[in-house]
Amino acid sequence: MRPLSSLNRFLKKVPVNFAVILMCILWIVPTLGLFVTSFRTREAVRTTGWWTVLAGKPKVLGEPEYQTYCASCHGADGKAITAADLSNAGVVNQYPSASSLLVMLRQPVNGNEVHLKDKALPTNTKDAISTLSNVTTYIKNLSGQTKSTSQFTLTNYIDAIVGYKGTQDYLTDCKEKVSSTLAVYKCNASDILNSAGIGAATLNTLLVAIPSTLLVIFLGALAAYAFAWLDFKGRQWIFALLIGFQVVPLQMALVPMAQLYSQLGMQSSFLGIWLFHTGFGLPYAIYLIHNFISTIPRDLFESIYLDGANHWTAFRKLALPLAMPAIASLGIFQFIWVWNDFLVAKIFLTTHPVLTVQITNLIDPRGQNWHILTGAAFLSFLIPMIVFFAFQRYFVRGLTAGSVKG
Amino acid sequence: MVPKIMKQGRLAPWLYLLPAFIMMSVFIIYPTFGTLRLSFMDNTGTNSAAATCLTEQPCWGVFENYRYALTNTDMLHALRNNALWLLLMVPGTIAGGLFFAVLADQVPYEKLAKSIIFMPVAISFIGAGIIWRFVYDFQSGGGAQIGILNGILVALGGKPVTWLSDPAISNFSLMLVGVWLWVGFCMTMLSAAIKGVSTEILEAARVDGANEWNVFWKIMFPTILPSIVVVTTTLSIIILKVFDVVYVMTGGNYGTEVIANRMFNLIVTNSGRSTALAVILILLTIPIMVFNIKRFKSEEAAR
Repeated sequence: MRPLSSLNRFLKKVPVNFAVILMCILWIVPTLGLFVTSFRTREAVRTTGWWTVLAGKPKVLGEPEYQTYCASCHGADGKAITAADLSNAGVVNQYPSASSLLVMLRQPVNGNEVHLKDKALPTNTKDAISTLSNVTTYIKNLSGQTKSTSQFTLTNYIDAIVGYKGTQDYLTDCKEKVSSTLAVYKCNASDILNSAGIGAATLNTLLVAIPSTLLVIFLGALAAYAFAWLDFKGRQWIFALLIGFQVVPLQMALVPMAQLYSQLGMQSSFLGIWLFHTGFGLPYAIYLIHNFISTIPRDLFESIYLDGANHWTAFRKLALPLAMPAIASLGIFQFIWVWNDFLVAKIFLTTHPVLTVQITNLIDPRGQNWHILTGAAFLSFLIPMIVFFAFQRYFVRGLTAGSVKG
Repeated sequence: MVPKIMKQGRLAPWLYLLPAFIMMSVFIIYPTFGTLRLSFMDNTGTNSAAATCLTEQPCWGVFENYRYALTNTDMLHALRNNALWLLLMVPGTIAGGLFFAVLADQVPYEKLAKSIIFMPVAISFIGAGIIWRFVYDFQSGGGAQIGILNGILVALGGKPVTWLSDPAISNFSLMLVGVWLWVGFCMTMLSAAIKGVSTEILEAARVDGANEWNVFWKIMFPTILPSIVVVTTTLSIIILKVFDVVYVMTGGNYGTEVIANRMFNLIVTNSGRSTALAVILILLTIPIMVFNIKRFKSEEAAR
């Protein structure tokens, strides 16, 4: 009887487990696709779905193109034509890049024969280079110079950090001195902070988020203390007003503040965006910290006051330390909020793009640079993810403590 | 109440309050009036909006920008789409969050499962937009589909679908992203409420022979209803202002326009119309604002 009933209980749980696990998978797959893609080569991203890497042995990079265009004459091992032996490093090294290879391929061979007589390359130069870029890798491998046949790479992250949108990756182009697309690059460490890249955007985002968070905490805690432990006229009423302020859409402030900032010469200044985020963060900050410090036992305040402390001391020595959990919740919530903000930064900080703005700059409407975009998006998740997993409890509390701010 | 023993100078409270009050006055109160004023002005904010009226055309005088906001074809689409988001996406997200909170409560790996569902809340809407643009990716021509949705469709023998540029489905594609983003938030709020339901009552009902369906609707649901109301108001506010996801995924094209995106696009070119849209947004939030204040007052009274 007993084993049967526990089996029965187990069977009853199967649909529940199934539903929970299925929903978790559905929630992870979109992000997983982004993550996997960020490590794949441009060519692999363009030609096959990211999920194919989960199934079976990946194809050797450049092999399909080699098979299509070259193998019929040069043979699978590249040795079929002795005058142009592709397993000979000396021959292959004459064409280090896809563009030099293309120039050669467009010239006739054996007098007046078209070089690629079985199948022609795309006529568009850009398309032809992107097709050939993997062939150069493949014939380098054939001639025994490199051993890299992986379709996984870290170059997407490098391209994303420097914000490079060339036809090949940044490191290769730097090595080959492709000047046409390298105009704003120096090919040294200073490119990490190139203004078009994710590196500079990360720095800008930190410069926006940290002061905005600290200011909101400090001003919010001061006001929250007054609402909780000081007596003044209209206290209830102003506090009710704060509840209303929390849901004021920030769209309400955009046009007048943009005009005011330009009159004050503050357009696109860090100070302007710090103050904007602080102003809109305060109603929620005061509400959240107040809810916490108003629950500190009154005896504690009475005894510190009897000991001769004034309100400033009570605030610093008693209220602030005891309110740390609430301050942590608020700080983490505000930090992630500002980190993820797009609208305010897009309008008030045009010359120093933050991460969200920079990512939209990297979007290619034709969908040709997923390899960079996925790397960039993933880099922008790093810090929120670390904060989220390290302080999940505080973040959840900060998010759910009341209604949400505008 | 503040203990009497803690004496204070007359100015003391204001020293603590003033910095915050100044900030909120400058960034919330001042621009609210500024926006209101500009919404009755023309595109550059110099003349009355009535001056933009064309002869022989309908004209609402000084309310001309509101005529645009309420009768223009693009704006009617935007208003309809915001209503669709509110009527479909908000209930769908709450139902999804509730469903998951109830189920996850019954499995041993509850914490892990909840972290997974909650994770999208921590990333930016822009980042989520990129993630989903890739999910919905459509490759024209004969090449392989690299977006997973179309990849699955093709593998099953179907034809790839333009998820984001077909006006018949693009709205729903965007709403699905919203659901993915916000189910975790609803789940967390509602999960806390579910944990507060007395297990004794639930057990008693089960012993009396009630099935899980009845236990949920007759006992659990009424108990957590207040939390559901809070989540609904919070999510409604967020959805009224929905912007980033639409901006990054379709730019408001293909029948997906929303109020906040239109407002953003008009900021530079037409401050009058743009601010009129902002006023419409705040008018729509006022009922929720009043509701929140009332709820706060009754909670205070109950204390």
